[in-house]
Amino acid sequence: MSNANAAAIELRREHEATEKTTIGFWVYLMTDCVLFASLFAVYAVLHGNTIGGPDGHQLFKLPYVLTETFALLLSSFTCGLAMLAAQKGAKHEVLFWLGVTGLLGLTFLGLELHEFRDLVLQGDSWRRSGFLSSYFVLVGTHGMHITFGLIWMVIMGVYVWKKGLTASIRKRLTLLSLFWHFLDVIWIFIFTIVYLYGSLGL
Amino acid sequence: MKPVISVHDEPRLSYVKYVAGFFGSIALTLCAYLLATHLSVDKNILAALLAVLAISQFVLQMFLFLHIGDERGPRLRMAAAGLMLAVVLILVLGSMWIMNNLNYRMTPQQINQYMRSQDSL
Repeated sequence: MSNANAAAIELRREHEATEKTTIGFWVYLMTDCVLFASLFAVYAVLHGNTIGGPDGHQLFKLPYVLTETFALLLSSFTCGLAMLAAQKGAKHEVLFWLGVTGLLGLTFLGLELHEFRDLVLQGDSWRRSGFLSSYFVLVGTHGMHITFGLIWMVIMGVYVWKKGLTASIRKRLTLLSLFWHFLDVIWIFIFTIVYLYGSLGL
Repeated sequence: MKPVISVHDEPRLSYVKYVAGFFGSIALTLCAYLLATHLSVDKNILAALLAVLAISQFVLQMFLFLHIGDERGPRLRMAAAGLMLAVVLILVLGSMWIMNNLNYRMTPQQINQYMRSQDSL
């Protein structure tokens, strides 16, 4: 009985340590939100300044962007599945879902970079107009976050593989999942404000 | 004497929440996409509808993916999120309000037009 109690207290202590770290990381995410808000504000102010260049309605291909959105959304879901597996202590399942999440994230990034490449090749780079500068900075900053998320995911995959699901690794997985879900939340607004509003010519 | 602490005290992640969050988000995204591509109503009404859909998806994901409602004790994450929302709204709406009212950003043509309209007053 006392043994079981000690184990429970240990678990509780571990949980409290995780909770503290999570709050610290959460505060970072909220400040990151403010960074994105300032870029959204810049976009909101500059999106009409096309100086005769193309606007969002002419440039954005909505079905393409919808595919991107679904890839990211699905990766957010599979990241959740990895967390559920981590909670069960199923190491291989965690590795599998992390792998799927990483591949979907990579798909998203590939689609985005392909879109950027097309825009630049047809002469509509960030140097074309205020609208395109603010577009590339806003969407590019999100893409950069995704890139760092993917690097982090690879590192966590190696850790889980080598060391198993220790308390400290599960804590870090929790933070990674928060980061990844957070990037999907930011994308909701990029999808709506940049792409959907852009295609309406707003 | 310390009370016995249950192992099940730790908040559990649930499969149901992730599935609900996923399908809810898919539905809201598709709705927004179809409205933007197929509905032909006034653009401002459409923009408002899309904003409502985006905010619903935001709330959905905050609760079901980021587990903002699962906190015990002082709701520090909820409080930080509230503060973030306030800062974001002030920053974005404030910038738009100021910048859209700056006459410096007018083109020469607009300035002439503006001056002519002031003359007639």
